[in-house]
Amino acid sequence: MSAQYRTPLKIANGLGSAKSGVHHFMIQRVTAVALIGLGLWIVWIALEALQMDYAAARALIAKPWNAVLMIVFLITSFWHAQLGLQVIVEDYVHSKGLELASQIAIKFVCFLGAAASVLAVIRIALTTASLGS
Amino acid sequence: MPANARPLSPHLSVYRWQIQMMTSIVHRATGIALSVGLLLVAWVLIALASGPDAFATVAAFCKSWIGMLVLIGFTWSLAFHLLNGIRHLWQDLGIGYEIATFVRAGWIAVIGSILLTALVWYCVMTRGGA
Repeated sequence: MSAQYRTPLKIANGLGSAKSGVHHFMIQRVTAVALIGLGLWIVWIALEALQMDYAAARALIAKPWNAVLMIVFLITSFWHAQLGLQVIVEDYVHSKGLELASQIAIKFVCFLGAAASVLAVIRIALTTASLGS
Repeated sequence: MPANARPLSPHLSVYRWQIQMMTSIVHRATGIALSVGLLLVAWVLIALASGPDAFATVAAFCKSWIGMLVLIGFTWSLAFHLLNGIRHLWQDLGIGYEIATFVRAGWIAVIGSILLTALVWYCVMTRGGA
């Protein structure tokens, strides 16, 4: 016989079936708000870079503000992508094993993509600056 | 196939077509497309960090007809996901649930996304590059 020692409040305290309450929902919305501005900025950067050769495009990304915004864009968008893809898999993949494998694969790819691209921006920012261009 | 025998909701075909079902599924589809596009952004940045040769490979891909097609699709996906996402954020605040407003907001996202895509590609064509 197991007695119910936890209070109803303890059980209800922000913990639904996902065990994390509205955390996923909120992070998805907050990253979405950030991506309104960052999304428009990335289109502008792409349009600028299109007209440039390799050295100029590199110098554009190496500018401190652009490098910072690019890193923020990459982290925010890979995070937002992982959250959105997670919901799609939750909704449409109904076999436990495949769902677990997809969820882990999505997290790995998003984390790897974010880490690799952020390192690329850091390399561009630091090496281009040291050449003095 | 479902491992557990769960009750199924009525099949989609019993519903009359409406803009809401289209914007909902396309929001998810463009979300998947943009996730793949994000890997393309990562590829461009890694190539830019690696050197002129790697960057030339990316540039050649972007200038090919298949690359252009991918980039136009990526632009439209971003435009639609952006506008429809703003609509969702607005509705998360509890605003715009009158049926006429709801339907109009959906159409604004659809038509606006096509206009935005056209604007961006007008800039690409007139400013050179691409």
